[in-house]
Amino acid sequence: MNNGVQQGGRARSHAFREKAMGFVFLAAALMSILCVALICIFLFANGMPAIMEIGPLQFLLGKTWRPGNDIYGIFPMIVGSIYVTGGALILGVPVALLTAIYLAFFCPEKIYRIVKPAVELLAGIPSVVYGFFGIVVLVPMVRTLSEPFDGKGNSILTASILLAIMILPTIIGVVEPALRAVPRSYYEGALALGATHERSVFTAVVPAATSGVLAGIVLGIGRAMGETMAVIMVAGNQPRMPKGIFQGIRTLTGNIVIEMGYAAGLHREALIATGVVLFLFILLMNLAFSLLKGRRRDA
Amino acid sequence: MSHSNAKASRPGFLRNALRHPGSLLLSAVTHLGALITVLVLGFLLAYILINGIPNLKPELFSPVYTSENQSMLPAIINTCTMTLVSLLLAVPFGVGSSIYLVEYAPKGSKLVGLVRVTTETLSGIPSIVYGLFGMLFFNNALHLGYSILSGALTLAIMILPLIMRTTEEALLCVPDMYREGSFGLGAGRLRTVMCIVLPTAVPGILSGVILAIGRIVGETAALMYTSGTVVKVAGLMDSGITLSVHMYRQASESLYTEQAYATSVVLLLLVLLINFCSNKLARMITKGR
Repeated sequence: MNNGVQQGGRARSHAFREKAMGFVFLAAALMSILCVALICIFLFANGMPAIMEIGPLQFLLGKTWRPGNDIYGIFPMIVGSIYVTGGALILGVPVALLTAIYLAFFCPEKIYRIVKPAVELLAGIPSVVYGFFGIVVLVPMVRTLSEPFDGKGNSILTASILLAIMILPTIIGVVEPALRAVPRSYYEGALALGATHERSVFTAVVPAATSGVLAGIVLGIGRAMGETMAVIMVAGNQPRMPKGIFQGIRTLTGNIVIEMGYAAGLHREALIATGVVLFLFILLMNLAFSLLKGRRRDA
Repeated sequence: MSHSNAKASRPGFLRNALRHPGSLLLSAVTHLGALITVLVLGFLLAYILINGIPNLKPELFSPVYTSENQSMLPAIINTCTMTLVSLLLAVPFGVGSSIYLVEYAPKGSKLVGLVRVTTETLSGIPSIVYGLFGMLFFNNALHLGYSILSGALTLAIMILPLIMRTTEEALLCVPDMYREGSFGLGAGRLRTVMCIVLPTAVPGILSGVILAIGRIVGETAALMYTSGTVVKVAGLMDSGITLSVHMYRQASESLYTEQAYATSVVLLLLVLLINFCSNKLARMITKGR
């Protein structure tokens, strides 16, 4: 009898423990939702008033950023981010795609074991080290290159080259699995029709992985847009409209880091609002990325 | 796995190449692309290591920091504290969350979808936005001020998606047989998860943790306005600089190029070590299966 009660009690405490831990795990799962909600709330609550005070159009399309005179237009920075990202894509995407294709279809097992970790290492190098590499190697290089055009070492081109290197592993990491996911029958079918190995890969397999390729590029755009430290170390950071690829530029991310240290009042809020614009842009990119990735899964 | 059986036709390679100049070109371009990637990495590593190692002087590791002697020891110690605290904050939530998603959540639940979406969102947010949020929320709203703790909290959110993803993959890799066997012996769900599934998934979880360490060590933008830039060995509630932030200051002031070289060597060696460990673990997992 006594024994039975004890066993019942143990079973009850057992069931309780099961339930309690289930709730604990559930609470942990809710953490990421909570974080995203908090980030949205705090960024918008602190950034939107400034946008409203300055005027949304004035803020987004104003071409002058002069905090001393209370003029806040981030259009030069938006253009700067777009230029630098565009440059990085032009330089980086072809190399990244070719490397991914090489890794998936051309690479002997032995070389794969060296190249793949190398690409992963490229992803792990801290952005300050990239930035430093930019300062000591790329800036002097671009300075000599741009001398005939009356340009500078700290320029759009330098930042683009550096970002192109930095987005390589991002793009390769998404594209290579996408290429490998294409059914082998595509490749074999092309071979059977008499195409060479190269032709089969480029005309049958690669087109079938288009959405994966696009997803990789979109992820690369997000990475390039969001990169901060490496870019401010080489981009020159002048907050004005750029006049050529050999001129300096300031990006949205750079604007925040450079001035946040001493900003106060509306200036500080305008910087947070810059962060809001960046955040919205990245959300858009994320959405595009998950849509593209989802399409691949359906196919 | 790979489609690279082009080598089978080695003897006829030249004849084939001449017959299909287009294919030869494609092949050349592909090899060139891969070569560029490897050369860029090789050049970067070689340049920084060759120029940096001679600058690694013992006084750079002295316990006292002065503006003449840019010792990185305080920054290294702070980086360790930061890594430890961030992991302590993020790993329980990350692992718990993945356990819920894989072991507890009902199939096709709306909540799981929402968690997935928010996790992907978190992993795409740039570090400077984390920095802004950390400053607004932890430093100002929670009155933590510039401190290691507020930096670590910010980084914990940043690495949460990474830990969740790797843990989830590791849990999904545990064969269902294990779970069925455990249930069959009368164990409850909790005991099955804690005693059977989780221990099997440990190597996978660890490789995620190592990747997270890499991100923490390399992070700058999220820390400049949360944990600050004071160069001293900091307690939990003090402002203290980490190695990457230290490196940024040295590199951007252009007075300390030699010291910046030395710091970048230390950072690179750390990253190499971290990558080596995570590769070793990954190989262990694939071998174990």
